[in-house]
Amino acid sequence: MEILMIFTSGIIIAVATYLFLTRSLLRVVFGVVMLSHGVHLLILTLSGLQTGAPPLLTENADAYTDPLPQAVILTAIVISFGMTAFLLVLAYRTYQDHGTDDLEELRGNADE
Amino acid sequence: MNNIVLLPVLIPFIAGTLLILFRNYPKAQRVASAVVVLILLISAVHLLYTVYQGGILTIELGNWSAPFGIVLVADLFSTLMVLLTAIVGVTCLFFAFQTLAKEREKFFFYPFYFFLLTGVNGSFLTGDLFNLFVFFEVMLISSFILIVFGGSKYQLRESYKYVVINIFASGLFLIAIAYIYSLTGTLNMAHIAVQIAELEQQGVVNVAAILLLIVFSIKGGLFPLYFWLPNSYFGPPAAIAALFGGLLTKVGIYAIIRSFTLIFVHDISFTHNIILMVAGLTMFFGVLGAVAQFDFKRILSFHIISQVGYMVMGLGLFTPLALAGAIYYIAHHIVVKAALFLFAGATQKITGTTDLKKMSGLLKTHPALAWLFFIAAVSLAGIPPLSGFFSKFALILSGVEEGRYLIVAVALLVGILTLFSMMKIFIYVFWGAPSLQKQDYAHIKLMPLLMPIIPLIVLTISMGLFAEPIFVFSETVANQLLDPSIYIDSVLGE
Repeated sequence: MEILMIFTSGIIIAVATYLFLTRSLLRVVFGVVMLSHGVHLLILTLSGLQTGAPPLLTENADAYTDPLPQAVILTAIVISFGMTAFLLVLAYRTYQDHGTDDLEELRGNADE
Repeated sequence: MNNIVLLPVLIPFIAGTLLILFRNYPKAQRVASAVVVLILLISAVHLLYTVYQGGILTIELGNWSAPFGIVLVADLFSTLMVLLTAIVGVTCLFFAFQTLAKEREKFFFYPFYFFLLTGVNGSFLTGDLFNLFVFFEVMLISSFILIVFGGSKYQLRESYKYVVINIFASGLFLIAIAYIYSLTGTLNMAHIAVQIAELEQQGVVNVAAILLLIVFSIKGGLFPLYFWLPNSYFGPPAAIAALFGGLLTKVGIYAIIRSFTLIFVHDISFTHNIILMVAGLTMFFGVLGAVAQFDFKRILSFHIISQVGYMVMGLGLFTPLALAGAIYYIAHHIVVKAALFLFAGATQKITGTTDLKKMSGLLKTHPALAWLFFIAAVSLAGIPPLSGFFSKFALILSGVEEGRYLIVAVALLVGILTLFSMMKIFIYVFWGAPSLQKQDYAHIKLMPLLMPIIPLIVLTISMGLFAEPIFVFSETVANQLLDPSIYIDSVLGE
C-alpha cells in the first residue's frame, strides 16, 4: 500500500512540476495546487499507513493511526488554501494590468 | 516567568490584529504602531538580557511536555536575532511614516507589517520543525502582500514569480519534514537531533539534510537559487525593501545555521563542505551581479546575496571562531543593509530615481546624507574601524587557520569588489555637478528622512569601536551553538 501511495504522490508531484514549467499564469497556479496535494499525500504515506484503526491513543489500544501527520496535513491544507487564493487573485491582477497571461511576455526587459 | 519568551511573537500579533479595525484612522494607526514597536524593542532587549544571565529559556505551549507539544526556545542566537529584528522593525517603521504614500497606508500596511514581524520572531524562537514551517508561512503571506503593495505593473509581475518560488520552496520544506518524520518519528528539533545521532543508516539523513538546505537556500538567497531576489526587492517602497533586505533572507540563514549546528552534525565532512562550496559561489556571483548593475537598489540587492555567502562561510568552516565571525557578521549586515536601503529610499525621495546615471552632485546639496551614506558603505565593504571589518577578519583568520585558502581568497576578492561597487554608488550619486536645482528639492526636508537612519549608523560605528565585548558575546553564542547538548537538555529537560 505504501509503495502504491508513494508512486501516486510521485506522479502528482511530476504533474505539478510540468505545470510549473508551462507558460500560462493559471496553469502555474494549478501546479501549486497539485504540488500541495502530492506533498500532503507523501506526509501521510511516509509516516506509515495504518488501516482500520482510529487515530486515538488510549491507554491499551492494539492498533492506532498516528494522529500527528493528520494534524500536520490539516494545518498545511489550510495554509496552502490561503496561499492558492492569494495567488489566484495576484495572477488575475497581473493578467488585468499586463493584458497577457503568457509568462514568456512577462519576463521584463533589462533597461527598466 | 518563562512567558517572556512569548512576548516577541504575541506583541506584534495582537497589535496587527487590532490595527485591522482602525484602517480609516491613519493618525491613530501611526501612534499605536510606533508605541507597539518600541514595546517590542524593549521586550527583545529584556529577553536577551534574561537569557544571557540565566541560560536558555523554554516554554511548552499548552503545557504539553516536549517532545510531544510545541516548544518555544530562546537561546542566545535566537534572542539576538529577535533583538535585531526589533531594531530594524523600529527604524523601518519610522522611515515608513516619512515616505509611505497616504493611500497605501490605508490598505492595511501596519497590520501586515506586524504580522511579518510575528512570523520572523516566531521562526527565530520556535523549537519545532513543523512550527517553523507555519511561522515561515505567516512571514511569507505578509511579505507577499507587502511586496505587491501599491500594485504597480512591475511589482505585480515580479511578485508573481516571488510568490510562486516561495510556495514551491514551502512544498519542498513539507517533503523534507515528511522525510525527517519518517526517519525519526518526531518533529521537535531537539528530539530529532537525539534520534538522528542514534540512527544507524546515516546516508538517508543526508538526503533530508540536503533537501532542507535547498529549501532554506531558496529563502536565504544562496547560489544557485538567488535568481528571484534582485528583481523582487527592486519593486516595493524603500521602507519595505529595507525590512526585507535586512531581515527576510536572514531568516533562511538562521534556519540553515540552526539545523546544521543542532540536527545535521552527523556527517560534517560531507554537509559542511557542500555549504562551504555554496558559500564561495554565492559570494562571488552575488558581487559580480552588483558590479554589473547601475541602479542603487539593485546593487544593494545583489550585495545581500554576496554577503549571505559570508555568513554561510562561517557555518561551513565550523570552528568556534568562524561561527562567532558569522554571527557578528549577521548582526553587522542586518543593521548596515537596512540603513543602506533606507539611504536608497531617501535619495529616491530627493531625486525621484534610483538610476545611478540620472543623478549626481548630492554631496554639494545634501552633505549630511552623503557622509552618513559613506560611513555605511565603507562599513559594508569592511574598512576598519567599522563593524564590517572585525567580522570579516574573524572569518578570514579562521579560514587561514583551517587551511582553506581558496575560500579565503574568494572572500578577500569579494571584499575588494564590494568596496568598488559601493564607491561606484558614491561617485555617481554624490560627486560631480549637482543635477538638481534648488527649487526641486527645497520642499523636501532631509532631517525627518535621516532621523530613523542615524541610530543604525551609530550602531555600526559602535559595533566597530566596541568590537571586543561584542566579539566575546558572539563567541559565547557560537560556543552555545556548537554544543547542541545544551539546547537539547534545556528542551527535553534532562
